This record gives sequence, C-alpha cells and structure tokens, in this order.
Amino acid sequence: MPTAVELTGIVKRFPGVIANDGVEFEAAEGEVHALLGENGAGKSTLSNILTGLYRPDEGSIRLYGEHVTFHSPGDALDAGICMVHQHFRLVAPFSVAENVILGDHRGEGRKLVVHPRRIERRVAELGERYRIEVDPRARVWQLSLGEQQRVEILKALYREARILILDEPTAVLTPQEADSLFETLRVMAGEGRTIIFISHKLHEVEAVSDRVTVLRAGKTVASVETAGATQRSLASLMVGRDVQLAQRQERTAPVGEAVLEVSDLCATGDRGDEALRGVSLTVGAGEILAVAGVAGNGQRELAETITGMRARTRGSVAVDGTPLHGGDPREAIHAGIAHVPEDRLHTGVAPSLSIAQNLVLKSYRSKEHAAGPLLRLRAIRDRAAHLIERYDVRGGGPQLPARQLSGGNLQKVVLAREFSGSPRVLVAASPTRGLDVAAIETVHRYLREAAAEGVAVLLISEDLDEILALADRIAVFFEGRISGEVDAGRTTVEELGLLMAGGAPS
Amino acid sequence: MIRVERRLEQPAWLSLAVPLGSVVVSFGVMAIVLVATGRAPGHTFIRLFDSAFIGRDALNATFVSATPLAFTGLCAAAAFRMQLFNIGGEGQLYAGAVLGAGAALLLGNHTAWLSIPLMVVAGAAGGAAFALIPAVLRAFLSTNEIITSLMLNYVAALVVDYLIFDSQSYWRDTSTPDARVFPQGKMLPDAASWPGLHLGGIVLPFGLLLGAGIAALLWVLFARTRFGFEMRVIGDSRRAATYAGMRTRRKILAVLAISGAIAGIGGASQDGDFRHTLDPRGLTQSGYGYSGIVIAALGRYNPFAVVVIAFLIGGLQNAGYTLQGVDFPSGLVGVMQGLILFCALGGELLIRYRLRVARPVREREASA
Repeated sequence: MPTAVELTGIVKRFPGVIANDGVEFEAAEGEVHALLGENGAGKSTLSNILTGLYRPDEGSIRLYGEHVTFHSPGDALDAGICMVHQHFRLVAPFSVAENVILGDHRGEGRKLVVHPRRIERRVAELGERYRIEVDPRARVWQLSLGEQQRVEILKALYREARILILDEPTAVLTPQEADSLFETLRVMAGEGRTIIFISHKLHEVEAVSDRVTVLRAGKTVASVETAGATQRSLASLMVGRDVQLAQRQERTAPVGEAVLEVSDLCATGDRGDEALRGVSLTVGAGEILAVAGVAGNGQRELAETITGMRARTRGSVAVDGTPLHGGDPREAIHAGIAHVPEDRLHTGVAPSLSIAQNLVLKSYRSKEHAAGPLLRLRAIRDRAAHLIERYDVRGGGPQLPARQLSGGNLQKVVLAREFSGSPRVLVAASPTRGLDVAAIETVHRYLREAAAEGVAVLLISEDLDEILALADRIAVFFEGRISGEVDAGRTTVEELGLLMAGGAPS
Repeated sequence: MIRVERRLEQPAWLSLAVPLGSVVVSFGVMAIVLVATGRAPGHTFIRLFDSAFIGRDALNATFVSATPLAFTGLCAAAAFRMQLFNIGGEGQLYAGAVLGAGAALLLGNHTAWLSIPLMVVAGAAGGAAFALIPAVLRAFLSTNEIITSLMLNYVAALVVDYLIFDSQSYWRDTSTPDARVFPQGKMLPDAASWPGLHLGGIVLPFGLLLGAGIAALLWVLFARTRFGFEMRVIGDSRRAATYAGMRTRRKILAVLAISGAIAGIGGASQDGDFRHTLDPRGLTQSGYGYSGIVIAALGRYNPFAVVVIAFLIGGLQNAGYTLQGVDFPSGLVGVMQGLILFCALGGELLIRYRLRVARPVREREASA
C-alpha cells in the first residue's frame, strides 16, 4: 500500500516542555494505524500538527508523497484530513445536517441558500452505507454521546476525508458500540482511507489496528505490526518498563454493615431532563461498588446528588443510618462523604490557589485550621507539607498553584485531602480518567487502601478494565436507572456490555 | 519575528515592573499627543507634577481629590477580588452621601462624637443597601452584575438630583427665598464636619485616614481570614467552592455589601469632609466611581496599592483642575488617565505572556 501520511523529525516545543522531540510517523492508505502512548507522550500535539492547529518547529509533513505546509486547520481540511476529537466539536442547538455542513467551505456549506433536504438525503445515505445511522434532522443536544460521535464521523465522510484521526473514540461507547465503530472504521479503511486511531487501551488497539506506532516522552519508540505484538509488549513499549496489567485481587475480608444507603433517588439533569429515575443501592464498609455505564446515563448526576452538589427530586440518601437532607455539600462532608469529582481541575480544586490552600479546601472551617474568623496559616502550611510527603505529590512545593500540577499529581492532592478527612464513604467519579499508567496504579492503590480501612467506596467509571480489577460488585447504569447488578468476580465484559445498552441480564 | 508565549511562571518583580513600565509608556504616548497639539511635553509634565505634589497647597488639594478615589478604588477592589465586577461604586457613593447627609441633618448640632460615627454608619448602610440590589439579582437569578450595577448608577444620579432639584425633600434647603429659586441642599450642622489631621500645614482629611484604615482591614480580610479564603476560592472556581461546602450565595451578598459600604462611606466623607451639604452637581460630575475602577485595576486589587494609586491619580486630577485654562484644556487630564489605564491593562498581557523573538513561525497558544 502506498504511504498516505509521512511525518519526519517533528519537533514541537512549548515553553518549558518539548511535546514532540523528533517524532517519526508513517501511515499507509487503507490501513487502521493506532497511535499509542501515555498521557503527555505527545499524541495530542502530533494530531494537532497533522490537523493544522499547530505548526511544527522542525520536521516535515508529506501527504501522498508531496511535501505540505499547513497554515491553518482549514488547509488540513482541504487536504482531506479530518479529526474526531475526544470532546466533540458540534453545535448543540443545530441539527445533524447543519452540523455536517458547518465549516465545509467547498460544497453546500458555502452557498448562500442551504438546501437542507439534499444534505439530509446525503447524510442518511452515508449513514446507511457505513452503518452509522443518525436522524439527520435531529438536534445534536437530543443525541447520546455515541450518536454525536457518529455525527462527527459523518462530517468527515461528507467532506470526503482521506485521512481520519480519532482521539480516544471509545470512551463514550459500550463494548458492543465500540465493536460496531471498529467495523465502520474497517469499512472506511477498505475504501483506501487512512484511519489514525489514538488510544491508550491496549485491547482496542489490538482489536482494530493493522499497525501501531508507540510514542513515549515525545519520541517514537516503535512502529510495529499489530499481529506481531502482544498487549504486554505494547504496554512495556508505552511505559518504558515492564508493567503489571491491572490484576483482579479477590477480597479476603468480609464486607461490613451497610454504610451508604441510597433508595429511590431521582434528580433532574442540567438540561431539565430526568437524569436519575429511582436509583437504589447500598455500599457496605470496606466494599467497592462500581457503577458502570456509557457516559451520560446519569452516573455524574448520581455522584453529584449523593454528595449534595445536586438537589434530588425524590428518594433518600443515608450514611450509617442517618438520613441526609440533600442538596447541601457541606452536610454531606460533615456526614463523612468524601468526593473525588469527575472534573478534577475545576471542581476538585480551585486551580489558581496553591496546593496548600487546596489541601484545606474542606477543612479550613475546622478548629485545627482556623481560630474564629482567622486562619491558622502555620497549621495549614504544616498540614500541606505532611500530606505532600505522605501522598508523594511531585512537581512543586506547597505554594505552587494547583493548575500547574500534572493530572496524576493533581489527583493525589484531591485524594490526600479527601482521605485526610477520615471519611465513611468515598464517591470517586472517573478517578483515573486521563492519567498515565503509573498514576493509575497509584490511584488504584489508594482506593484499595481506603476500602481496606473500612470506607464504603462508590467507584463510578467508564473503564471496564478498571471496574473489573477493583470492584466487589458492579451496578450498571442505563438511562438513569440501574439496569442490572452483578458480582464482579463472576461477570464478563459481554454481560456488562449488554446491561450498558439497556439489555436484560443473562 | 516576535512571538507571544504564555509564561509558565509569573515572576514577582513583574507585578511591580509592568505597572511602572505602563505608566512610562503612557507618558510617552501622552508626549506625542502634547507635541501634536503644539505643547512642550517636558514643560507640561513638570507643571503637572508641581501642581500635584510640590508644596503644601498642592498636596492638600491632592488629598482632597484622592479621598473619594481611595474609597471607590477599595470598593471596586473588594468585589473584583471575588470576580464580582461591581461597576456601581458611583451609585453606591451617592447612596452613602444621601444617607450620610440625612443622618447629619437628623442629629442636628449636638455632639461631633455622635454625629460623625453615625454618618459613617449611615453612609455604609446606604452604599451596602444599594449594592445589595445587584447582589441579590446575581446570587439568586445569576444576573450579570456588571450591567445591573452600572445601570443603577444612573438611577442613583437621578434620585440625588430629584432630592435637591425636583422635590421639597428633607435634604433641600427651603429656608430662604433665594434657595427656593436656586435649589441647593441644606447645610449640615457644624457637629457633622469631619476633622482633619493637621501636620505642620498639611491637612489629612479624616476620610482619607478612614480609607487607609479600611485598606488595612481589607488586607487582613483577604489574607488572613476564612472569609478571604472563601472569596478566593469562589472567585477562582465557583464549582470548587460549592464542592467544598461553601455558601456561595451568602458570600456574594456579603462581598457586594462590603464593597458598596466602602463606597457609601466615601459618600458620607464627601458630606462630612468637604461639601457639608448634599451636593448633586458636585457628586455626579466627578465620576469618582469610574475612576475607582481604573485605580483598582492599576493596583491589581491590592488594598494598599489602591490607596497609593488613588493618591497619584488624585494628584493628576487636582493638577488638571489647577492648570485648566486657555493653555491647558481640562480634557487633557482625562486623556492622560485613559492612556494610563489603557497601557496598564495592556501591560497585564506581559505579566501572563512573554514576547520572544524567533524564527517566523505562526503559532497558536499552547494548550497545556
């Protein structure tokens, strides 16, 4: 197969970091090429260079043998390169068809008069051919995340993209939906298109790609045929050392009495929809209950409602038998509910405040850290120094603004603060999203430690590997309800996938 | 080719060097304006400086100009610290002046030790109450406080005018036939005259001392208290504050009330220190509230810096009044103040970004 894209010697520097340090990348026509690497390995920078968002400081880009220079994302689009970002670039109030032509400055999108019927017909045709059907007249905000992703792919197909880059596309999909996406990608590759698939999930890379290029610390470390690689060999290429893939540890101690009791919980989502429709669950002392599900099925709202950040419309939440009034985070904190929020940078910490200040974000009211209205600055400093050492927060001293920390260290700050309040319940929402392998190991260790100390852990995650490795029981969410609850030791990915899609348990 | 890059760290010396540099640049631009209008820049600057800061009379007049600016500057700084953009210092100052004058008139000519504190309290209450209108709208309905507080400035100006020019209000002097034809406010009793601190011919108005005291209290509030800590968290990320169990609505109300109260005391100081009557013309033509926003921005919301800058801008305004005439149009000082703000806000860019000379590569900002 002839080469479609060839990047040679790509160097891209940002103040203080070299994001790409001589990357070599080459993908052929008609192949699915995986780009594998930890967070911070330079994958995003590389795809931003390929889509014209950044210009490389050094190195060259060749497309189908010809040297090209992109001055803007428009140039890359004209050259047939499209990207499906992790966070979709769609206009929520617009219809699917309108989103598809948005920014297409060659065809329909450029005309003064838009012919919606013609576009809708074309979108429907494409959807049928590639088996990614979406109603072209639906508004984007009405679509699930999985459907929105289809719109992004339809956009690329409508523009006749020859090279399609997908950044972590499976985060919003069930395993079955992911499989169907992989089929679509194979069909597209079969037509001679080049698919660049960015991921850090090894089994997906193995399932869908022909070849893999592994990046580490801004450099290309290997480019191999997928058939000749194993998950283990890819993982060690990615991390640069031998790693233990997440292993399930069977519980040895029995689960204690019920600590967190949620019954018939209902709450309204941000769009005024019914996000939670009668959820009941119980977590015992020392138990890890995982909530699985495709993103956007009410898991975030569940975490927010239990921790008081969202008002409930019905139902009850009780800790150690004491019911909470709800809708008040302070009440939940006093009841012993610790919370590792999904959005760690803007909810979990105040990003411009220092590490020390963020470590007392919840305890600044306590006698230990305040005397009347005045803060005990020395006690706060000492506490920070102690926690930074105990939780091994690296990257800066107590006075460093939290936003300058890496994701893993930021999460350590959040965990340190939440654990230091001696909680009864820990609600952890996607605690390892976007972290590198080493940081994930650390977070998992802390979660296990918390459970070992008798904390009731509610783990909300979209990562089935993580759930299967950590959880005792798994509750699967679908459209605001628990569609099934299974024992983590005895379930399969297929069973979970069925439940995630709303199917009945087998 | 020059490239703009985001700074990863912001060195401390920059936060002093950039404002100073901005002032220098604004003087440079001002020099061009002066040359273009046929004046010698060096000579004009020296005259400005002399009439602002050299000699007792100049200094005393500068203190008078600086006093209300210190209050409105602190008013803006207190709210801006929490990312609440209270543009209503102007109206809150009028509200304070109305209630301050009302308290003074009501108490009559008894004792100064009672009149003065009650004027301060009344002024603070007036400013706070007026600031609570945008505060309630913001806290409960998420209405943009910039718009509401700005619009309320016009309301306040019309109310003050109405009290003296269009009604037989308690504040209006109707004792003489003359006063009925040419409306003016009642003169405040002597007991309501705020004393100045006399230091060898230099008179520090009581209001200015009060302003300095408030600056110190604000500093303690910002840096040392739970309240200040909550302000910083809420200002930085309201979601993080809610997450941490902070009462964000209450804090919005409290901070805007404090901010308004400071401007209100500034209004009472206008009554007690300088005007000794409710003087709508004098108040509404000065634009104290708007200058206060400039001053808070220049002082980077640091209360002590705000007082110092209020003094410098007060000097500039005072020099403008003193020098205005055929050879020195009064608008020149306004142009200058605008240039200083423009350069200072432009200079903020240099604190967060740096310029670097590099090979010609067009760049987008690095998303970390």
